[in-house]
Amino acid sequence: MSAVQATTAFDTVRTPDPANRPIKIHTASVKVTYGQKEALHGVSIDIPEKAVTAFIGPSGCGKSTFLRCINRMNDTIAGARVEGTIKLDDQDIYDPDLDVVELRARVGMVFQKPNPFPKSIFDNVAYGPRIHGLARSKADLEEIVVTSLQKASLFNEVKDRLSEPGTGLSGGQQQRLCIARAIAVSPEVILMDEPCSALDPIATAKVEELIDELRANFTIVIVTHSMQQAARVSQRTAFFHLGHLIEEGPTDHVFTNPLEQRTQDYITGRFG
Amino acid sequence: MEHTVSAYDDDLKAIARMVTEIGGLAERAVGDSVAALTRLDLALAQRVVAGDKELDRLQHEIEEKAILVIARRQPMANDLREIVGAMRIANDIERIGDLAKNIAKRVVAINGVFPNKQLITGVEHMCEIALQQLKRVLDAFASQDDQAAGAVRQRDDEIDALYTSLFRELLTYMMEDPRNLTFCIHLLFCAKNIERIGDHATNIAESVHYVVTGRSYEEERPKADASIASTISGS
Repeated sequence: MSAVQATTAFDTVRTPDPANRPIKIHTASVKVTYGQKEALHGVSIDIPEKAVTAFIGPSGCGKSTFLRCINRMNDTIAGARVEGTIKLDDQDIYDPDLDVVELRARVGMVFQKPNPFPKSIFDNVAYGPRIHGLARSKADLEEIVVTSLQKASLFNEVKDRLSEPGTGLSGGQQQRLCIARAIAVSPEVILMDEPCSALDPIATAKVEELIDELRANFTIVIVTHSMQQAARVSQRTAFFHLGHLIEEGPTDHVFTNPLEQRTQDYITGRFG
Repeated sequence: MEHTVSAYDDDLKAIARMVTEIGGLAERAVGDSVAALTRLDLALAQRVVAGDKELDRLQHEIEEKAILVIARRQPMANDLREIVGAMRIANDIERIGDLAKNIAKRVVAINGVFPNKQLITGVEHMCEIALQQLKRVLDAFASQDDQAAGAVRQRDDEIDALYTSLFRELLTYMMEDPRNLTFCIHLLFCAKNIERIGDHATNIAESVHYVVTGRSYEEERPKADASIASTISGS
């Protein structure tokens, strides 16, 4: 058996979703190669709708690479090649006819470091709705900005200074501004790549509280290095290691009684 | 496999060691209390009563240590189960200590009146099995042996059956001669205490099963205590 076959024959340990939520994103045998190096060796996972799915695993395990496949962010990396199937509501997102800009409006993203535009707080949130033509009037746009800031639990803190620059906010507020910006275009899915790793514990708690509220309306996928955060915010957890998806299951199950030895070694802090 | 943070391993080992220690103390207390009963050894009985303080202290220490580890290291998966298991087991063992202490106190109360040696033999026999159970289940915890824990759980009905037959016997004695009442009632409580010790050993077996497998037993445990169904007219 060649090495390539050995990697495709890998079996992920799966525990089904007891809540039986509908599937929002279906992925099968996703492989990503950067130049000569294969970073993901065939990952298959279904992401349930209106729930938080956490990707955990040591650095370089492929979790962020996989996350970036879901809104085709890997397209922007030179030499990156994605194979396999990724479907959003049964629609193949790698279909050549698909409009990537429209995809990224449906699948928003929040990054590790808050990255507000060097614009006012208002314009940061209004940017997406403007370019996607989501507001018919000025009042409409204002409405979208206010509700987005409210949904991101930021409105009360910034309502008197909407014209001030977004970069003047604290780190935690900036991150919630980025979340407000992401939800302003009414996405269906929000991808979060370590959204709290640059925040202090209070700001982290606010973002986690927000994530918990957002899952009523959005499908959320979060990559996190904090096992406790994954345990706190997610309903499902997927553990990646060396480009493989080792185990996926209900969060309660994965953190109290994981089925795979490698999952257990990782979450208990025994990784060699 | 060891933890990346070696002090974490030390913490877990310390908790396991303390559980072994408190278990050893409880075993001795139970053995001594019944020995004091059969020999009517007041000094030994008093030592058992005094020794219970140490059991209580250790149980507190295990609990505090476990809470500290949870606060400091946020244990997950098997580590978390082991810590929760240690806390539960220490609790059961502390109760076993209380029951031994209660038997010892009754030795003082019986105060040299000793009408029937045979009845004592029955209690002694129950105690032997309870002690074996306790020892085996503590070994099962130390070696994380789920099968051994399961065997302990299965065997508890033996103690229950002995308790039922002793109950009937004591009932007969009490009916024969009311002067036996005080002694027989004390003895009955002693037997009941040992039966309860067996139940705690079973609880510990269930904790061990949870620690090792992450699951709880689904089926009901076999029960053989029929003393509830025994009446004076029926016995």
